[in-house]
Amino acid sequence: MGAPAVKIAVCIKRTPDSESRFKIASSGIAIDEAGLKFDIDDFAGYAVEAALQINEKSGGGETVVVAVGPDAVQESLRKAMSMGADRAVQLKVDAVPADGLAVAKALAAELKDGGFDLILFGKHAFDTSAGVVGTATAELLGLPCVTAVSQLDVAAGRGSARRELEGAAELVEFPLPAVVTIDEGVARPRYPSLKGIMAAKKKPLESKPAQLGAVRVTVQKAELPPERPAGRIIGEGAAAVPELVRLLQNEAKVL
Amino acid sequence: MANVLVFAETRGTALRKVALEAVAAARGLADASGGGEVHAVVAGPSGIASVAESLGAHGADAVFVVEHASLADFERESIAATVADKAKQGGYRAVVLGFSTQGRDLGPRLAAKLDAPIGADVTEISVSGDALTVKHPGYANKVALTLTLSGSPVVVSVRPGAFAAKASPRTARTERIQPAADPAAARVVVKQVVEGAKGRPDLGEAPVIVAGGRGLKAAENFKLVEELADAFGNAAVGATRAVTDDGWRPHSDQIGQTGRQVSPQLYVAVGISGAIQHLAGMRTSKTIVAINKDKDAPIFKVADYGIVGDVLEVVPALTTAVKAARSTH
Repeated sequence: MGAPAVKIAVCIKRTPDSESRFKIASSGIAIDEAGLKFDIDDFAGYAVEAALQINEKSGGGETVVVAVGPDAVQESLRKAMSMGADRAVQLKVDAVPADGLAVAKALAAELKDGGFDLILFGKHAFDTSAGVVGTATAELLGLPCVTAVSQLDVAAGRGSARRELEGAAELVEFPLPAVVTIDEGVARPRYPSLKGIMAAKKKPLESKPAQLGAVRVTVQKAELPPERPAGRIIGEGAAAVPELVRLLQNEAKVL
Repeated sequence: MANVLVFAETRGTALRKVALEAVAAARGLADASGGGEVHAVVAGPSGIASVAESLGAHGADAVFVVEHASLADFERESIAATVADKAKQGGYRAVVLGFSTQGRDLGPRLAAKLDAPIGADVTEISVSGDALTVKHPGYANKVALTLTLSGSPVVVSVRPGAFAAKASPRTARTERIQPAADPAAARVVVKQVVEGAKGRPDLGEAPVIVAGGRGLKAAENFKLVEELADAFGNAAVGATRAVTDDGWRPHSDQIGQTGRQVSPQLYVAVGISGAIQHLAGMRTSKTIVAINKDKDAPIFKVADYGIVGDVLEVVPALTTAVKAARSTH
């Protein structure tokens, strides 16, 4: 043990299973949610795991999960508590807006006086695939921010992390408190144990309205991208190579 | 009329490709808003001012140069403060930057500092009167979203490769400006950079990507992928998640929903079955070639040209043929 206890907030989002086949809702501005499975977003799941491991190593501390979302997000918050988080906060909205800065404002308002040493996010959420909220929250709180982290350690009031960059990795150090967004690379999220699931039912889940402010990014249209034309097999084995080269030169014109 | 500010990304003292793409997007936005000017900020170590000429040749009317020894590495806090200051002073309609590693970090910071709505990872921008709409592929490229950004200014980060750099020759005025926050006072300190593959273009910039999967059977066979990439001359090397999870390749090479999302001119999938998670990262490539021994592999459903066969046999033959084709023209 020895390491001082760390108070960590993990901001999570509830998103549909990324392997789903999507359909557009009749509104034309959202996906049809019927039949989709929702869960903690993949990267946010890694962030929960990272927080739990840091607190297990220090033998103390607290992990608080926070989510902006409608009541359905409570299921994801309970799941995070069944993995081991101590308590949860829902910042309630009817629907999570596409405006990342508005979401960041709601989170910053909740987190600013929380006394957190570390605030974790997934590096981005599957649905918006924008990666705005974590970094914008850091900026609103005036905290150092390290993005796309694949390894994270905390000791003596400082953090150290490995970041995955384009074609390289970077090892950084930073003071706490700080905001960190989590990439793959930290250990895979644990499955809740039966004991964890039972315990989570008794853990506190606080729900309060989100202070979003003005929402200035709105979805005007959602549509499925054009399908690629059906694939074509041109041949078998090395014998097909001359034909491939010919097509790359004359048809695709990329060689 | 509305002016647009660009953050022009550099590495060392050279412009990155996405910088000129951001200038092209900004030029289009300024022209569509009644013909404003495009101004660019570049930040870097001594010598960085030399990129102003190229920015002008691609459509920038003015370049603000921030030169500081501590800006040799992208120093995000200082650069965010400097670009935000400039954006506030200049009354710009929009701040445009690339959705690269740097831009992913900088964009949200600028949005928060300017209290501006942000459209991230944008592939199209259109202006109609006061309304600005952008297209953004959400759900890992599975759903195309059209977003309206209301208010001014807005921050827009453009997907690498989505906007083509265009010659729009001007002689950009240059002005040296001071960093708005001391770059040497960074709170996040880079201790070490672990370089990836040297001498290859980045996955986000390469016109050709050769990627390998488990069908290569063993880590040492990955050299076949490297050799094919060498034969193309301008290719980057990528990998599937299975391969990076197994440690055959670094995590930074991973292409897929949870890795890099790429759209090269040519994508060659070697021994890749085509799991949904991988397809999400490369299905927007212009031309896709797949080599796999299983004729029912899902990769063949998206491949423009598929060869069914053993990669250990087909890939060396293709490497030889590509070399021969490139040496004759």
